[in-house]
Amino acid sequence: MFDIQRFTAASDAADAVRLLREDPDAVLIAGGTDVLIRIREGKLPDAHLVSIHGLPELTGVRRTPDGTIVIGPATPFAVLAADPIIQTCLPFLGEAVSRVGGPQTREAGTVGGNLVNGATSADSAPSLCALNAQLVLRSADGTRTVPITAFYTGPGRTVRRRDELLTEIRILPEDYAGFAGETVKYGKRAAMEIATLGCAVMVRLSDDKRTVRALRLAYGVAAPTPIRCPQAEAAAVGKPVSTALADEIAHAVLDEVNPRSSWRASREFRLQLIEELTRRAFRAAVIRAGGAI
Amino acid sequence: MAVGQSVPRVDAYAKVTGQAQYVGDLEPKTAYFAKIVRSTIANGRVTSIETGEARALPGVIAVFTCFDVPDIQFPTAGHPWSTVPSHQDICDRRLLNARVRVWGDEIAVVVARDRLTAERAAGLVRAEYETYPALSTPAEAMAEGAPCLHDEKPGNVIAHTSFHLGDGSFADAAAQPGAVTVEADYAVPAVQHCHLELVHACAWMEHEKITVVSSTQIPHIVRRVVGQALGIPWSRVRVIKPYIGGGFGNKQDVLVEPLTAWLTTKLGGHPVKIELTREEVLGCTRTRHAFDWHVSAAALPDGTLLARTYRAYSNQGGYASHAHAIAANAANVFKQCYRDRVSLDSESYTVYTNRPTAGAMRGYGIPQGCFVTEALTDDIAYAIGMDPLQFRLKNCVQAGYVDPHNGITMHTYALDQVIEAGRRAIGWDEKRAAYAGQTGPVRRGVGMALFTYKTGVYPISLETAACRMTLHEDGRVSVQMGATEIGQGADTVFSQMAAEALGVTLDRIDLCSTQDTDVSPFDTGAYASRQTYVSGMACKKTGESLKRKILDYAARMLNRPADGLDLRENRIVDETGAALLPLEDAAMEACYSLTDSTHLSAEESYHCTDNTFATGACFAEIEVDLPLGRIKVLRLINVHDSGRLINPALAKAQVQGGMSMGLGYALSEELLFDENCRPLNANLLDYKLPTAPDTPRLETIFIETDDPTAPYGNKALGEPPAIPVAPAIRNALLNATGVAVHSLPLTPQKLIEHFRAAGLLGGASHV
Repeated sequence: MFDIQRFTAASDAADAVRLLREDPDAVLIAGGTDVLIRIREGKLPDAHLVSIHGLPELTGVRRTPDGTIVIGPATPFAVLAADPIIQTCLPFLGEAVSRVGGPQTREAGTVGGNLVNGATSADSAPSLCALNAQLVLRSADGTRTVPITAFYTGPGRTVRRRDELLTEIRILPEDYAGFAGETVKYGKRAAMEIATLGCAVMVRLSDDKRTVRALRLAYGVAAPTPIRCPQAEAAAVGKPVSTALADEIAHAVLDEVNPRSSWRASREFRLQLIEELTRRAFRAAVIRAGGAI
Repeated sequence: MAVGQSVPRVDAYAKVTGQAQYVGDLEPKTAYFAKIVRSTIANGRVTSIETGEARALPGVIAVFTCFDVPDIQFPTAGHPWSTVPSHQDICDRRLLNARVRVWGDEIAVVVARDRLTAERAAGLVRAEYETYPALSTPAEAMAEGAPCLHDEKPGNVIAHTSFHLGDGSFADAAAQPGAVTVEADYAVPAVQHCHLELVHACAWMEHEKITVVSSTQIPHIVRRVVGQALGIPWSRVRVIKPYIGGGFGNKQDVLVEPLTAWLTTKLGGHPVKIELTREEVLGCTRTRHAFDWHVSAAALPDGTLLARTYRAYSNQGGYASHAHAIAANAANVFKQCYRDRVSLDSESYTVYTNRPTAGAMRGYGIPQGCFVTEALTDDIAYAIGMDPLQFRLKNCVQAGYVDPHNGITMHTYALDQVIEAGRRAIGWDEKRAAYAGQTGPVRRGVGMALFTYKTGVYPISLETAACRMTLHEDGRVSVQMGATEIGQGADTVFSQMAAEALGVTLDRIDLCSTQDTDVSPFDTGAYASRQTYVSGMACKKTGESLKRKILDYAARMLNRPADGLDLRENRIVDETGAALLPLEDAAMEACYSLTDSTHLSAEESYHCTDNTFATGACFAEIEVDLPLGRIKVLRLINVHDSGRLINPALAKAQVQGGMSMGLGYALSEELLFDENCRPLNANLLDYKLPTAPDTPRLETIFIETDDPTAPYGNKALGEPPAIPVAPAIRNALLNATGVAVHSLPLTPQKLIEHFRAAGLLGGASHV
């Protein structure tokens, strides 16, 4: 039994933003894998819910003529991972969301919910940060687009207002074409897990596959929000692919991350993971990009 | 032959199809929901409690506080009662307690028409406290000036016991030429049972009779404790135990039944239920005891174990529950596994703290004791440079062992065969050779641990059981056991034993799974791996008794002497085995004969005054990823001598379940608390049970002995599989890396710290 006082299923995105505007207590629900937990814990007493669950307009993946990949935020993780566009163009994103919780959570939980929840541990966040995802937010007042790197404001907090609906997650062609990526989720067990550390590495190599042309490094739980490591990324550009470079990158990111100690894991332990997983993910990404290391 | 066959579980169909009835299926739909209001401190006293707001909430029926309950202290441990006062369990809690001893202590209860209302009202109850410092560890609780948790136990020590064995001393042993000694602190954390079905009870009254339906392992003990807690004659209480979704010892404690029963008496007999949440079960019921040890060992370079010392501190938490019985058991396994040629000094403390109350959990102190015993064994073998398997063969307990204190005897022995079977199965000698001198970031190792485990609780406590059988007109036999099915397969093996003893086929047996203390024969319940051994004998005796009555009746029908008749495969046969009469014909005649009608039934009880040891060992092969601090278990093999197997398929399943529990104990499970003893991870996301992908194939090997003291040669099997896994994995880590970790669980963060300290990671520390 859940403490839900009002539940309205929106007919489409326009209806959802209208409902959010009309009821100042309304909260969005899609898959419910975060919201229902908060309700069960008594953190949303007398909840007023506006459901966007399964709205076709917000579900699925498409590619626009210019090559932009548009992900519907209400797409469940399992659907996203099985999508042919994702499997072809962004396989590492599909792999990352295949590590969310267990099968039930992946069938119900959505990629948009994963982002708007604001958690630094979100399994989709490192990949989408590395991809420079553009987040389209719609309210009764109109629409704005926010880059994911400007989306998070703190633990569990984002720039999204309560009455805004995430309607699209857009990946521009220059943010994925020619890149290969690798993601790692480090948890204390192999499934049903929240990340102790998440890591996404994207690399674009020179035509001869010997030199780094571009590098993207993104982390979850390495700071209060998902983060990129722009200095380490820039420092690697133009350098020959080697194990020494992997070590150099792994050390460089330590200056840009800021994990905290908690009862779940110490800062020292997370730093060890960041260094080692960066090294391993970079190597794997290079191999996926056709390089040798 | 029904015994020894891998027949399907008798309850499989009902459980798989959802027909099996649990507490939630049986409670009246009109039942009120009672929500316990829990303290938000771990140590202190409720000075006042405000309930007006809660009472005013629509749907609330009543609110009761710690100031409303009877002034009666009662025990909760699922032990047989003792008529000797000095052996009785400690009575140290009331239905609700003003003196708060654990975080989440039960200080009030809200009864409402539904769960949601009860939960909301519980959040409106406001308590004021006088707060004392929270005591996390035995060391803190034993310190000078520590607040006393129970007036009856000043100094917070519940019990302190010690013994010395041998003619010499540890100092004598250490002084022997060439003797090598090791000495260290070891520790294991509190973990939780995580049974699938939550703690759940429902009670109502019909006139004076209080009926309690409960998810329990011990219905007859629950009846006694409810009677004690309410101060009423025990027979006014009727406890019904339907199918339950696991217990693992947490339900060998009386948890919510007394409060549920008391509430119905306060509400005119209206049905009231308490169903705890997973968070309450994890943080506020019972745990496995955490232990801290200081131990030492002395051995000669040839591997002769000379002497050991053992000092244990068992963290009891806020209430006594099973108390010192756990620490005593842990000390026993340290004693019973090995032969100290010179001396063994052992002492154990059980100490109240403000951690959650610890109680019974699968293995009952032996998984803890086995960890320290087997970690120390590997550490001393490592110190003298000897293969730890060879060291064990040279020093382990031998055939005919008799415990010097309680007289428990190894009536049958196969520990040497157990070790040999595991050695061959895992390829011990080859792998120890192959894994010597590894250097890379990923290393492999093999390790082992052995154990001994007694079967039941005699002579420490009473062992008694009863069974009833009735022959029906169609030749089927209904069987009622006082012993309980808790998921382990008891109903199936008792059905097999009944069929065997009677001489009927298994399909003729209808075993009643439910215990109803007004109706069922007496039994103390499912714990101590006792039921197949103790209750099984009651089942066998009853079957034999009913068979005699059937044959006597058949003899009258056939007009020939009963001597020489037998019942085999549902037929009365003569000495040659020739069929004389189908059982159903005798049964029909016995019921409806106009000249000789008698109802054929039998009831027997069995007072067990013996015991015997099961033994076993776990063999683990692991791969360690040093830079990530991660252990991957490649192979896990449990080898058991549990005597003759009643049902090999069920035995295998039981061992696999226990190995899974041991795997979690080894690698990931641990209840965590803040400095105020508030649980941090009392949920199934943050409390890390292993998942299927974390679990290797669980391999099982049985060495079957035929124990003469058992009904069918069988010995303890329920608990033993969980015991040796964690130290085996810990010892495999020592083999792989040379790093001796002295505590559980072997979490990546802990391993990284150890690997860094051992210089295995290179580079600078991340500070």
